[in-house]
Amino acid sequence: MDRGHYKIFLGMAAGVGKTYRMLQEGRAEREAGRDVAIGYLEPHKREETSAQAEGLEVVPRRRVTYRDIEVEEMDLPGVLARAPELALIDELAHSNPPGLEHGKRYEDIADVLAAGVDVYSTVNVQHLESLNDRVAELTGVRVRETVPDSVLGSADEVVLIDLTPEALVERLRAGKIYPGENVAAALDNFFRVENLAALREVSLRQVAEDVESKRLTLHLDEPLGTREERVAAEVPKAVGERILALVRPQPSSQRLVRRAWRSAQRLGTGLDLLWVKPPGKPIEGKEERQVTALRRLASVLGATLLIEEHDDVVAATARVVRERGITYLMVGESLPLKGFGRLREPLPQRLMKATPAGVDVRIVAHRGDGGEGE
Amino acid sequence: MIEHFLVGLALLLGLGGGYLIARSRLHGKRSERPQEVHQILLPFTGTEISRRAVDAALRLARAEGATLMPAYLAAVPKQLPLDCAISVEAAKAMPMLEAIEQRATGQGVAVDARIERGRSYRHALRRLLGDESFDRVVVSATATGAAGLSGDDLVWLLEKAPAEVLILRPGPSDESRVSATA
Repeated sequence: MDRGHYKIFLGMAAGVGKTYRMLQEGRAEREAGRDVAIGYLEPHKREETSAQAEGLEVVPRRRVTYRDIEVEEMDLPGVLARAPELALIDELAHSNPPGLEHGKRYEDIADVLAAGVDVYSTVNVQHLESLNDRVAELTGVRVRETVPDSVLGSADEVVLIDLTPEALVERLRAGKIYPGENVAAALDNFFRVENLAALREVSLRQVAEDVESKRLTLHLDEPLGTREERVAAEVPKAVGERILALVRPQPSSQRLVRRAWRSAQRLGTGLDLLWVKPPGKPIEGKEERQVTALRRLASVLGATLLIEEHDDVVAATARVVRERGITYLMVGESLPLKGFGRLREPLPQRLMKATPAGVDVRIVAHRGDGGEGE
Repeated sequence: MIEHFLVGLALLLGLGGGYLIARSRLHGKRSERPQEVHQILLPFTGTEISRRAVDAALRLARAEGATLMPAYLAAVPKQLPLDCAISVEAAKAMPMLEAIEQRATGQGVAVDARIERGRSYRHALRRLLGDESFDRVVVSATATGAAGLSGDDLVWLLEKAPAEVLILRPGPSDESRVSATA
C-alpha cells in the first residue's frame, strides 16, 4: 500500500490561521469529491475556525483518564477504521497521555499515513526540536512538546501560514486568538512584535531550508547516469552553503571566528571550526587554555570545533571540506614567510588547489600582535 | 682548481646551513621560554561600556605588557541549558568585542576576548574567574544597575576575585562610551 500524502501547515505562533487554512483546504477537497474526515480538531473556541469545520465529518474523540482527569484524545483506531481518503489532524506536536498507542500525535499520524490515508496537519515552528533552544532564547518561552525535524522533512508539502507580526497582534487584540481576559498577558509576553518578527524569520528560514533539502533529495533520487544525476552532483555545491574557519589555538583566531560566524549568520548557514593539530604534540599550557576558549566560543555560537591531527594542513583541510560539504573556507592572514618558507606557495593558494572547484577561500586580515600564519 | 672551488663552496654552504639551523633552534628555544601570565579582565554586559573603563584597562595593559581580556557576560534564561548556543547574545557581544579589540590594537595591546555564560552576570563572572587567571579586574561602575552588575555583585567581586579589582566611577559629566557604533 502506498503511503498517504502528507501536508503540514506551519506557523510562527498560535493564531496565524493554520487550522483555519487546513480546514479550508479540507473543505475544498471534499467539494472536489474526495472523502474527507476530521481526525482531530482543536478549534480553541475560535468562531472562524469552528465555522470552517461545519459540515465536515468528525471521527469521534475517545475519552482517556489521566491523573484522575478525563481528557479527550484522537481515536487512532477509529480514524484507521474509518479510513477516509484525507484525514485532517490538528496539532501534530501534541503529547498523548500514557496508555495510548503512541506517546506523540505525529507518531499516530505516521500510522494513518502508512494506512494509505492522506493527512493534513498543523504545527508551530517553536515545536521543532532544532529550533526549540533558539526560539526559547528569542522569546523567553520554552515549549515542552517538541517534534524531531525529520517530521517536517517527511512531509510531502510544507505550507507556511505567514502573517505580519502587526496583523497577528491586531487579531489578538480583537479577541480572535484568546479570550479577552488573557489578551493583555499574551501581549506582554509571547506576543510582543519583536518576538513575533524573530519567529517569523525563523519560520521563513525553516521553510526555505526544507524546500532546499527536498530539492536535493529530488535530484539525488533521479536514476544514475542521467543529466539530472550529474546536475544533482553539483547541487550541494550550488545551494547548501557551509562555512569552515581554519583556526589555531591563539587569541587572534577569535577574530576570525567572529567574522566567520557573522558571515554564517548572514547566509543562514552552519559554521565549523577546524584546527589541524601537529601529530603527537600534547595539548598543554597556554595552548590548552586557548583550545578550551575556542571550544567555549564554538559552543556559544552553535558552531562545531573539529580537531584533526595531521602533519599536512592543506590535505587535512581538503578532506574536511569534502566530507562536510563546505562551500566557504575562511583563513587568517599569514605572516610574511621567512627563509626557505618564501619558496613555498602561500596557504590560501594551496587550499584553493586542494579543495573542490567552487569552494571560496576568504582571507581574514588579523589585527593583533601576530602569531598567525600556517 | 674547479674542484677546490666546488669543495670550498660545499663547505661554505654546509657552514651557512649549520648556522641557520642552529639559529633557528636557538630562536625556537627562546620563544619556548615560559612567559609570566599577565591578564587584565574587563567584564561588561549590554551593548556599551564606559570609554574611561576601556581606556584605563588599556593603559594598565600597555604599561604592564599584559593581555586585555574583554569579557561579555551573558545571562542564560533558566529554561535553557547553560551550555546552549546563545546567538542573540552573541550578536550583541560580537560588535562590542570588535570595537574594544580595534581600540586595543591601535594602542599595541594584545587582546584575548571571551563570551561567558552564566545563570546571572555574577555567575558568569564567577565561572570566568574560576577558569582563567587574572592580575587585575577592571569594572565600570556605570555598567551596574538593573541592566548590568549590581552593587552586590561588585562587593562580591571585591571579596572573592583572586586579583586586584579596579572599579571605575566616572564623573557625572563623563558619558563617553565604547559601543558597537563608536
